[in-house]
This record gives sequence, C-alpha cells and structure tokens, in this order.
Amino acid sequence: MKRAFTLIITAALLLAVMAIPSFSKEYKIAIVFDIGGLGDKSFNDSAYLGLQRVAKELGAKTKYAESRTPSDYEPNLAAFAKEGYDMVWGIGFLMADAIEKVSAQYPNTKFGIIDNSWDDAWYKAHPNVMSVMYKENEGSFLMGVLAAMTTKSKVIGFIGGMEFPVIWRFEAGFKAGVEAVDKSIKLLRNYAGSFNDPAAGKAIAVSMIRQKADVIYHASGGTGIGMFEAANETKNVWVIGVDSDQFDLSPKWTLSSMIKRVDNGVFMGTKNLIDGKFKAGVTNLGLKEAGVGMAATTSKNTAAGAIAKANAWASMIIAGQKSVPDGMNEADRISTK
Amino acid sequence: MSEIDATISPGQVILEMKGITKAFPGIVANSDVDFDLKKGEIHCLLGENGAGKSTLMKILYGLYKQDKGEVFYKGEPLVVNGPADTLRQGIGMVHQHFMLIKPLTVAENLVLGNEPTKYGFLIDKKKAKAELMEISTTFGLAIEPDAKIMDISVGMQQRVEILKALHRGAEVLILDEPTAVLTPQETKELFVIMRKLVHDGKSIIFISHKLKEVMEISDRVTVINHGRIIGSVKTSETSPSQLANMMVGREVELIVHKEPAKPGKEKFRAEGLVAENDRGLPALRGIDLSVRAGEILGVCGVDGNGQTELVQCITGMRRLSAGKVTLNGKDITNMPPKRCFEAGIVHVPEDRQKHGLVLDFTVAENMILQTYNKKPFSRGITLRWDEIKSYARRIISEFDVRTPDEDTKAGSLSGGNQQKAILARELSRTPELIVVAQPTRGLDVGAIEYIHKRLVSERDSGRAVLLVSLELDEIMSLSDRIAVIYEGRIMGTMDIEDATEETLGLMMAGSMPASHKGVM
Amino acid sequence: MERKKDNSAIKELIVPVTAVFIGLVLGGILMTLTGVNAIEGYKALIMGCFGRLEYVSETIVYTTPLIFTGLAIALGFRCGLFNIGCEGQYIVGLIGAAVVGAMDLGLPTFIHLPLTMLSGMACGAIWASVPGLLKAKFGIHEVVNSIMMNYIALYLSHYLVNGPIKDPGITSPYSREILDTAKLWRFFGQNSPIRVNSGIIIAIAAALFVYYLLFKTTIGYQIRAVGFNPEAARYGGISVPTNIVAAMFISGALAGLAGAVQIMGIQFKFLDIFAFQGYGLDGIAVALVGKSHPLGVLPSALLFGILQRGSQTMQMLAGVPKETIGIMQGVIIIIVAAEGIIKGWLPIRKILGTDKKAAGKEVGRA
Repeated sequence: MKRAFTLIITAALLLAVMAIPSFSKEYKIAIVFDIGGLGDKSFNDSAYLGLQRVAKELGAKTKYAESRTPSDYEPNLAAFAKEGYDMVWGIGFLMADAIEKVSAQYPNTKFGIIDNSWDDAWYKAHPNVMSVMYKENEGSFLMGVLAAMTTKSKVIGFIGGMEFPVIWRFEAGFKAGVEAVDKSIKLLRNYAGSFNDPAAGKAIAVSMIRQKADVIYHASGGTGIGMFEAANETKNVWVIGVDSDQFDLSPKWTLSSMIKRVDNGVFMGTKNLIDGKFKAGVTNLGLKEAGVGMAATTSKNTAAGAIAKANAWASMIIAGQKSVPDGMNEADRISTK
Repeated sequence: MSEIDATISPGQVILEMKGITKAFPGIVANSDVDFDLKKGEIHCLLGENGAGKSTLMKILYGLYKQDKGEVFYKGEPLVVNGPADTLRQGIGMVHQHFMLIKPLTVAENLVLGNEPTKYGFLIDKKKAKAELMEISTTFGLAIEPDAKIMDISVGMQQRVEILKALHRGAEVLILDEPTAVLTPQETKELFVIMRKLVHDGKSIIFISHKLKEVMEISDRVTVINHGRIIGSVKTSETSPSQLANMMVGREVELIVHKEPAKPGKEKFRAEGLVAENDRGLPALRGIDLSVRAGEILGVCGVDGNGQTELVQCITGMRRLSAGKVTLNGKDITNMPPKRCFEAGIVHVPEDRQKHGLVLDFTVAENMILQTYNKKPFSRGITLRWDEIKSYARRIISEFDVRTPDEDTKAGSLSGGNQQKAILARELSRTPELIVVAQPTRGLDVGAIEYIHKRLVSERDSGRAVLLVSLELDEIMSLSDRIAVIYEGRIMGTMDIEDATEETLGLMMAGSMPASHKGVM
Repeated sequence: MERKKDNSAIKELIVPVTAVFIGLVLGGILMTLTGVNAIEGYKALIMGCFGRLEYVSETIVYTTPLIFTGLAIALGFRCGLFNIGCEGQYIVGLIGAAVVGAMDLGLPTFIHLPLTMLSGMACGAIWASVPGLLKAKFGIHEVVNSIMMNYIALYLSHYLVNGPIKDPGITSPYSREILDTAKLWRFFGQNSPIRVNSGIIIAIAAALFVYYLLFKTTIGYQIRAVGFNPEAARYGGISVPTNIVAAMFISGALAGLAGAVQIMGIQFKFLDIFAFQGYGLDGIAVALVGKSHPLGVLPSALLFGILQRGSQTMQMLAGVPKETIGIMQGVIIIIVAAEGIIKGWLPIRKILGTDKKAAGKEVGRA
C-alpha cells in the first residue's frame, strides 16, 4: 500500500518535471569563437562565461564551437542555424564577414556579434543581426587615471597587440585618462604584432622599464602575460590587465584590470531575445551600462585616493559630462615622436 | 680455470660447437653448424661475406644466443653471459674494428676494465706498465708501453688488442679478418706472432676469405657457405682451387688468364693533381698518371692514402685545387660528373651502395642513371618506360645480373649482383676510360671471377682501364702497369714484370726500395 | 604480375587502417573518460560529416586544401626535403590570389580565373624557393628557414590586410572581395551555403599531375634520385642543388595553390589571421599517412578532412572537446610514421638532417 503510494507520487513528480518544457519554449543558444578559441583567460573565456549564465539563469540549451581557420566561421555559424538554434553569437570582429553571409542565408535565426558594427542601412537589410560594442576607451580612461595617480617616475607604458581600431580605443582612452591627471607624464607605446606572444610582451615591458616606466597597461591578449612576468621578475613596475580581472597573474604588482564584460553582452543580448525584445542594430556598452569597468581587486594594491579619483571621473563620464576619444583620430593616440 | 687446463694437451679438442643453428628474420645465418678447435692449432674459418662466419663467432663470443646447439669448452658446456664473461673464461676476440681508446697509452689500454689500483681508486700506472712488459716479453710481442694509441701504426694497435686478450688469460683467440687492415709486411709480422702463440699453447680461430693467407698460416680449414659447413680439411692436404670450389660450390678459375697488353696511344693523363679530402686536409699532393688504350693501370696502396679522392677528382665528383686532367687530349679538369662521362669516362665507384646505385630505385631505374634524359629513354620530359625496361632487360641478361625482374629494387640484390648491375650500366656506355674502384670488395669468388674477366676483355677491346684497389692480389693479377700511391703521392710506377709483392709492400708503406730509386 | 601488385596495395593499407582503428578506439576511451557518450560522439562525427548535403559539402571543402598541402609535403619528402614552410606558402597563396582576384582589369573569366590561381601559386613557389636556394647554395637546413619564412608570411599578411590591401569600405581587417570572374564554380550556386566547388576537381587533378611528374617524367626521376640518394644522383650527373630548388619550387606552388583555391572557392577575400592555420602541418600528416604517394594523399586527405571537420561537429553536436580528435590524429600519425621509419620509406634522419653521413656532403659542386 505504502509502496503504491510512493510510486504514484514519483510518477506525478516525473510528469510534472517533464511537463515544464511544454509550457515555455526551450531556447537554443550557441556561440562560435574565432580562431583565438577558449582558454585565453580573457575575451573568449568571458564570452563562454556569459553562455554558461544563459544556460543557468535563463534555462536555455547551449552549445559552442571553436574555429580552426577563418574558413570555418561560415559553416560553424550555419551549422547551428541549420540545427534550429534560436540565436547564434559570433565572438569577435573577425567573424563579421561570416555573420553577414550566414545571416542572409538563415533569416529566421537571430545572430549576435561582439565588437563589430555596421551602419543603419545594413541592419535594415539584416534585421536578424545585433551587435554589441564596448566603450573600451571609457574603461581605459579610468586605467589612465589610476596609472597617472600612481606613477612616480612620470613615465607610463602602453602595450598593444596588433594595430586595429579596437585597440586604438584602448590606447586613446588610456592616454586621455593619464593626461586628465597630469599632462607632463611621458607616455610610451609599443605594439607586439601579436595577441599570443608572451615573449614579445615581456621584452617590450622590460624595455619600457629600462626607459623608466613604472606603470604599464596592456591591451594585447595573451601577449600581455609577458608583461606580468616582467613585473614579477623585475619587481619595480605596476601593471594593469585587460578584458578580465588579471590580478592573479601578479598579485603583488597588479594595480587594476580594465574589465570588458563580454559575458554581460552575450547575456543581455540573449535575454532580450528571450524576453521578446530583440532589436537589430548596435548596443553600446560603456561604463554606464556596466559593459566596461574597474576590476574588483583594484583596491588591493592601489591607493584609495587614486581609486576615488577614478570613480569621480567615472561618474562624470556616466553623467555624460566627459566624453572620451575613441582613437580613430590619430592625434588622440599616443605620439611615437 | 688452470686445473682443467692441465688436462688438455696439445692436439686435443679444446673447444667444440655442435649443431649450432641461428636464424634471423628472413634468413638462417647458421644451420646445424659443427666446428671444433684443437689446442695449439690455427684453425681457419673460411667463407664469403655473409656466409655465416661472423654469426658463428658472435655466438661463441656471447654476443648472440644460438637457437639450437651447444658449445663445449674444455669438455664442459660453455655458458656465458656476454663478452666480458667469455673473456673471463678464456676466450678472447680481436675484432676488425679495434676497441681501443685512442688518447690513452698502450699500457692504459691494456688494463682497461681490469685496472690495478692504488689506494683503491687511483690507477696504478707503474703496475700497469709492469704487467704489460711482463706479458709482452712472455709472448715476444715488443711494444712501446707509453706510446699513445693514436700515435702507433695499425699493426701495432692490433698487437695491443692481442695483448689485451692475452692479459686477461685468453687461451683461445678469435681473430676476425685480421689482415684486412694490414700492409703485406704487417701481415707477415702478424703471422710470425700467431705461430709463436700457438707454439706457446694458445689456440687460434682465424677468420678470413683470402685463400692465399689461409694456405700460408692455418693448420686446418673449415669452409662455411650459406650458413652450412661445406667441409673441414687439413691445410696440407688441400689447394687454393679446392678451397675456392668449396666456397663457391663450383669450379672457379682463380688465375686471370690474359694475353700481354697491346697498349695503344695515351688516352688519359693526369698531371700534378692536388685536392683536399672531406675534412679539408690535403689528400692529393701532386699526382701524375697516364693510361694508354688497351692497358690496365693498377693503383695500389693502403686504404686512406688518397685513392678515393683520386678517383673522385678524375670523375668530376671532387674539386681539384691544382693540376690538369685530359682525356683524348681534351681538358676535362674540374668538369662536373655529367661532362666527364659525356667525354667518355665511366666510373665504377668504390662504394656501390652510396654512389653506384640508388638502392630504392628499381634495377631498370638504376640502369638509366646517367642517360634518363637521352633518347630513347625519354621524349621531352616524358620517360618512356617500355624503352627503359627493354633496355634494362637486355643488359641485365648480357651481364648476367641475377634479379627476379627489372622492377626489383636494386637494394634487394646481393652485393655481387649490385656490382654487376653497375658494370652493366657503365660498360654499356661505350667508354673511352674505365675507372674502377674496389670492384670486387666484399664479393664472392664467382662474382670476382666474372668481373675480372670482363675488365680484361674491355682492355682487350682497346679501352683504357684505371683500376684502384686495396687488394694487392687483384692489382697484381689484373694490371699491366702498377702505380703505388702513398700519402697523396705516386711513389712509383712500374710494369707488372718488375713488380713483386715485397717491393710494392715497401712502397705502400712509404719507403722506396733501393732497387726502385729513380723509377719515377 | 598484376595480382602481385593488387596484393601489395592491400598490404600497404593494413597499417594505416589499423592505425585509424586504434585511433578511434582510443578516442572512444578518451570520450568516455571525459564523460561523453562515445557512441553519441562518433554519431556526431559521422552525421556532422555526412548527415546533410551541407555537411558533405563542408567535408569536401575541408579536404581540398589538405590534398594540396599533402601533395606539397609528399613531393618534398620525395626529394628528401621537409617543407615545413607549407604554412607560410599557403598564406602567401591566399594573399596572391586575393590581390589579383580583386583587381578589376576588365578581364574575362577564362583569363582572370587562371591568372588569379597562378598568382597564388607563384607566391607560394617564390616563398618556398628562398629556403630551397639557401639549402642548395649554403647547405642551411630548410626546416629552420621555412619556419622563419612562415612567420614572415604571417606578419606580412597581417600588415597587408590592415593597410595596403584592406577593403576601405569596412572597419574589419579584410581584403576586398574578389570579382566574380575570379571565383571558382560552386556546384550549388555562387551564393549557396553549400560551398563545395570546383576546387576539389583542381585538387584531384593536381594529385594526378604530381603522380605523372614524379613517376613519368625526367624531372620526377631526378627529384626522386636526389631524394633517395643524393650522392648517387651527383655521381649520375644529376645536379643536387638544382633539384632541391626545383622540388621546393613545385612544393611551394602546390601549397600556394591551396591558398588560391581557398580564396577563390571559399573565402572570396583574405580574412586576417592571428595564428597559423594548420594546413601546412596537417599536410605533413596527410603525406605520412598517404606514404608520400600522390594518389595515397587523396584518401589520406579525406581521412583528415573528416577528422577535422568532425572535430568541429563533435564539439558542436556532442560537446566533445576538439582536442580529442587532435589526440586521435596524433596516434594515427605516430603509428604510420613508426611503420615508415622501420620499413624505411620515411628516411626521417635524412629528412631532418640528422643523418651525419648525408649531411654536409649533399651540397658540393653545383
């Protein structure tokens, strides 16, 4: 008797569990990485974090694919579309061309792309595509303020990965932040020519230290790991990380990291879709939208005064009282002369 | 060991191998081999390269383990764990390649691995020297104890190897092709030593494929062929031709029959050739040579005196830093190989596997190594395989190259057939000058016979032949004139009638015999 | 005679087939260990490669460049050369085709298309000739130089696509799209997502061409003679340096053609790359498993095409980490290469230049 009762209860529970999906549609969301791939402890991993949040918090079914070559972008995006996924994300501006083609082939699938935008007319022709852009210049501005408040030698370095408009945004914002504090500070700039060459990153950092730099900021992906190594070994330079919180790479010498919340971008874009609020076009995420910002670990090595100063600037930017250059104008970038 | 030793008297069997069988993947190296050695004798193990001599001795020495069969030493089954153990039990081996440490002295090499020590760890050099002196006087092997190995002659190095074995108490000595590296004089000295050793009660297994030496030194001869024992005979009751027949399995003509040469006009001339070896050291220091039509000029010398470089310089494979080479009066100095053979030189190289053949090519492909881009083998850039194969088939049968077909890889032919294949290719190209280096090295008697006949018939048809060989017998039986090369110079040139082994031997060692002063 | 050959062909297949089998079993174990249902994984591999027309098409698209780079490496091996520079030659092939393909010269297809292809081939050939010449003239091992050339190609392409050849119309680092007159024919329409195109026909033709070149011409005869035994080749009057340069040139042209076909049939424009694409390295695997035979390269390239396309679909459809396939591939390569080293058709010492006997003497008199 008791046993039959247990059985009935179990059956009922099972039915209930199975029934839930029939009440609300299960969304299928996928992301396709560019040739960078997972494991960079930065940009791509952050996107993956967003996808995991989508699965956990929004209950969607998620999948991802890493691309081996640029020729893979199209088939990978298309495969998910073909398999009936509701939204497919392309992580990184390298995938723009593939998104453009595949979104036209699969008009019923929604596509999102990080770090690439088109003009309004384009979105009219591609009403199933949304872009997420970040105002890295705003976040970098705060890093510039922190650097300028910390330096004693009045020499500060910037390491870039490769020369792209995206990286120029970091550079120009950083420069503006430094100059907002002290115009007399000397800025050094060097591009490694690669996003995955820690040895080059280290060599550049060491040469900057020799030129008296005592704070260095990098926007160079895996190359920047070399900068942290240089800090750990020479023990006389402050370093600033990028994209995600890189504090762990040098707990003694990391001032801060410019956080780029790719996860937030993926999450917000997907949530909009599920909430029925998908809109073709560009979503810009700056300080105001919590798309970029200072790492939480900043307080560990950075003087409270410097953080306060940065926060003050942040509120001005959020309030729209201060605009930060985006680097498309060469004069806004660091002079090499 | 000495208590058993006393029980064996001279003439009694000290070592016996019974029913030894050893197979390697794809080949049976020894098949049911019986071999015995009496105390106080020199027993020669005679056979072609690859007949199974070395395998048998390596089993005896503990380097290989036999699949079947037993070894008895002094009447007891011999069980050894590797060479060191074999030596401990009284069997020593002198390898073709010496196992000596060159920068160390003779005395130091003697005690290596068995060093007398002072204070438990320092090598007692005085004692080592004393031990050496003692053993060298006992056996009458004079040697300079403080000389470094790298400073002494090859013959002396071999003596050190023998002393090493004796020093460890060897009763039985295995000498693996000991004369291969020696000059005729050194060979004579070695034979004196060997006789002395057996006189003192040692027993020697002498491995060789040279009939003349075997006849001279051994008491008994056992012939091995294709891994089987063909027979065992007393040396005094046999003849070289009988031994040769046993080795090959058929009648062999050991002596090259040839008519006196009828030399024509000069075909080839080399003047003042100077060249370096691969390491950039002087190899040729001014060589003068000439070869006439219808004669064989033999160049003899101990290995490493510039023969290799001489041949390479003549055939365009090595650059001359000075000198002049002419063929039919035409200057071919420092021309690339292609131009040399277009001028009429054919070359049978000393290393048939390295230079003569592309082992991974088929026989047919090898037959067109110089002529692949000539008619009729190609048209434009297209190879004409039917022409190539029919040509290959033709010369294969003409030169009796034993191969399943022309599509067989050259590397799978036996050494003798590889050499015949090279001869077939080279001699089919209507040569003016035939340059042959070590044409019979490592070949069996049958192949040697063929190649020698062929070279003589080429001479008789009016070709000029330049023969370079380390085998003095070969030089003496084939040549019409002989030039001796020593340290990159021609010590002298003489007609075959004036040449004796003694004179040549002395000249090969660098000394000019009194009778030949001024021959040049 | 004929029957004998048939038998030997089957014998040739034993090791590669066994290797693939072992690789699959090992991959299954790995999947199980990482918590993936191996059967689901392999289902994803098969379905992902053949389950839909699009997927079959992608498998062929994947195979095509592997045929070219496999041929390039195999031809190098035949001459005793290790053209590890295929990677860079592929990249300059991409650039060469992208630049010429985008030029509006008013040319008709039958001129513009072969011209574009030739441009990619020429770039690859020239790129490969540099290490070829350095080896022939100075005896510098080609591996070192071609690796350096790879980096030069990578960074040069990056510079070009962010500057001189960048499409000014867009912000992303792409070159301009090639004209329709330079595009290969896609079997299912030029804008179809089914991307299979006449590139595969060109690849098969290239394999036949290389077969003919190697085994039916005097050029191939010389290349193989030098590859098997440079000393004997020199003795036979065959110029070793000339053939080293020639083999590198042809090898580079094939790798460049891989890039050209990729641009003309798939990408239509050069997309910036930060890292090597792997076609050059995969070409080594293809050549090894294909036993350096041009016709063996075809099935071998298909195998790796399937494995690599499959590594993506397995990740997409079954959540299998793509490294699993990487490990399987490694196992297959090791087994096949081991056979080659033992049997001698892969003269690894000669190719890597660790053969003391051959080194240094190869280059002597020109």
